[in-house]
Amino acid sequence: MPKSNVVLVSVDSNSILKGARYFKNLFRQLVDEYNLSSFVDVLETGSFGVYRDGVIVAIYPEEVYYEVKNPDDVKKIVEEHLLKGRRAKELELDSALFTDKISVEAKKVSEETRVVLRNAGVIDPTNIDEYIARDGYMALAKVLNEMKPVEVVEIVKESGLRGRGGAGFPTGLKWEFTMKTEADQKYVICNADEGEPGTFKDRLIMEGDPHALIEAMTIAGYAVGATKGYIYIRGEYYGSVQNIQKAIEDAYEYGLLGENILGSGFTFHLAVRLGAGAYICGEETALMESIEGKAGRPRLKPPYPPVSGLYSKPTVINNVETFVNVPQIILKGADWFKSIGTENSPGTKVFSLCGNIVNRGIVEAPMGTTIRDLVYKYGGGIANGKELKMIQTGGTAGTFVGPDKLDTPLDFDSMKNYGVSLGSGVILVIDEDNCAVDVLKKAMEFFEHESCGKCTPCREGTKMLVRMLDEISKGRGKEEYIDAMKNIASTMLDSSFCGLGQSIPIPLNSMLDNFKEEFLAHINAKESPCGICKFEKPKKKLVRR
Amino acid sequence: MEKSVCKEHEKLYRELDEFIQEVEGDSSALIEVLHKAQQIFGHLPIEVQEHIAEKLNIPVSKVFGVVTFYSLFTMKPRGKYQIKICLGTACYVKGADKLMDRFKEELEIEEGEVTKDGLFSLHAVRCLGACSMAPVVMIGESDFYGRVTPDEVPKIIRNYKNRGGK
Repeated sequence: MPKSNVVLVSVDSNSILKGARYFKNLFRQLVDEYNLSSFVDVLETGSFGVYRDGVIVAIYPEEVYYEVKNPDDVKKIVEEHLLKGRRAKELELDSALFTDKISVEAKKVSEETRVVLRNAGVIDPTNIDEYIARDGYMALAKVLNEMKPVEVVEIVKESGLRGRGGAGFPTGLKWEFTMKTEADQKYVICNADEGEPGTFKDRLIMEGDPHALIEAMTIAGYAVGATKGYIYIRGEYYGSVQNIQKAIEDAYEYGLLGENILGSGFTFHLAVRLGAGAYICGEETALMESIEGKAGRPRLKPPYPPVSGLYSKPTVINNVETFVNVPQIILKGADWFKSIGTENSPGTKVFSLCGNIVNRGIVEAPMGTTIRDLVYKYGGGIANGKELKMIQTGGTAGTFVGPDKLDTPLDFDSMKNYGVSLGSGVILVIDEDNCAVDVLKKAMEFFEHESCGKCTPCREGTKMLVRMLDEISKGRGKEEYIDAMKNIASTMLDSSFCGLGQSIPIPLNSMLDNFKEEFLAHINAKESPCGICKFEKPKKKLVRR
Repeated sequence: MEKSVCKEHEKLYRELDEFIQEVEGDSSALIEVLHKAQQIFGHLPIEVQEHIAEKLNIPVSKVFGVVTFYSLFTMKPRGKYQIKICLGTACYVKGADKLMDRFKEELEIEEGEVTKDGLFSLHAVRCLGACSMAPVVMIGESDFYGRVTPDEVPKIIRNYKNRGGK
């Protein structure tokens, strides 16, 4: 018997991040709870071509469109529309929006070059068959049947793939070093401790296409001679953990993980390890400490992980996005990969667009795409008709640049050539309503909080920077603070133990250089020039009569 | 009454011990064990840490060091509904600080504190990886609220109050 109502939840690459799958499951759960399951079907569908703040849900046969922003909205729709048969007016969208059904998503995808995100929002991530139907595990089969480990390393090296986590180290070289180190046990680790504020690309990959990561890690294991792998995921990413764990179970069941994979004699085991809320664990050696069950404090390098990594064994460690490129390189070849992007940075990059921008979300574009294209073409421009003030590229440890740098092409060389960092691919748009001093103070407070305390320059340096910025924001700053802050930052660059402290000069100097006038204005003014910082009176001196 | 509380605790410890056995606990399983223990007990008081140290055969100081290092672990009880407000840069430029102020005002607690009825606790967290929905509030482990305005705060709180201790 056909069911009388159908609820269609729009699931695409951006609505996943707005909780589309979670809402869909909640719909199902509530429909069950109200004993409506024999009357109502809850299904996933693609994009309706209309972009709103929330997730769009359509109910047929009435053809009513709703916008869902949180679990309470779902409850309201089920109780009002499905149970009582009246429309939940305040959530309803004008159906005229949907009559002209030109799919923006379809247009966007054709303009995007999707390598990493080719399956995200297209397949059901919890269904291994859907991944296999789209050439999934073909690369693994090819590698195990036709290629020697050294050939796999060669093709990755030849492709010019570089690490997408931020540092841009050539992936092939990492694999080669690990392959060449003799050891009784080697490991493959995926760094999925995505904690750089503004970055949410790895989450989308893990929640949208988990098998691609598993396949890539298995290929890496074969190439370097490792039999065990770990995916280290942030403890906060509950959705990612669930999807990955389900995917691992399914892969074991299909014989794509475990002993004697696809009858090749190759064995590879994969397990998930959870982070527990420490930004520093994104640093590769701190991450290994954490997997070993210790506090995540970074180790001294060298030795580097390919020589001595997890449990002091040779280890390959790559970012989620880096790994997911690998199966496509194996199937389509190094030349195909090199045909995308720029000469020194082949391939695509997944950018996270956030802040005061119209279309916040994830977009995959070739390396070398300009900031202007990302903000205006893909991102739809500045929200609420405001003026663009600055953009932070690359994450909290990235550069602050003004509108004059909009035409900078972003790739691994843009830091060297233009002073604009690519980092993890964050484009944080900041409009005229924000204050440079306040934004920088927030960024430095983040580092102060996340500094692990192991080395003095980072632990004390971040504290001093925050204190000086705080003084400036309260109208008690002095001009010499600007040079003093730069001085501290350069000391941190030279003497900090790991990348956290060493990267502080990047945001600090770029902000102080590009927006120096605003800092001086705060220092020299009597009243707060921005309306955001609250000036306090200088501490009163004791006056003696 | 007293007796039943003890029994309840015994059950919880047994659940933890079973998990430790399952992961064939050596010291490298410490973080996983702590995740599980926090899930069972709600927080990690020193007695639980001592118990774990003994079971994994490692010094209590090491357990304590790990617990205090990671921000997800807590030694103080938290509210039944943990309200986590993202103060990462992307949320900050979308007004997350105002959201935090409103929550403080409505719940009459400061950051890190628990309401008197034990229902809510308030936490500032770093990026939750949902920047496209900024500002973001997460309640418990799975309820995501995106693009929240301060005026929506009382409504959100009311919804959880209505659920009460359930």
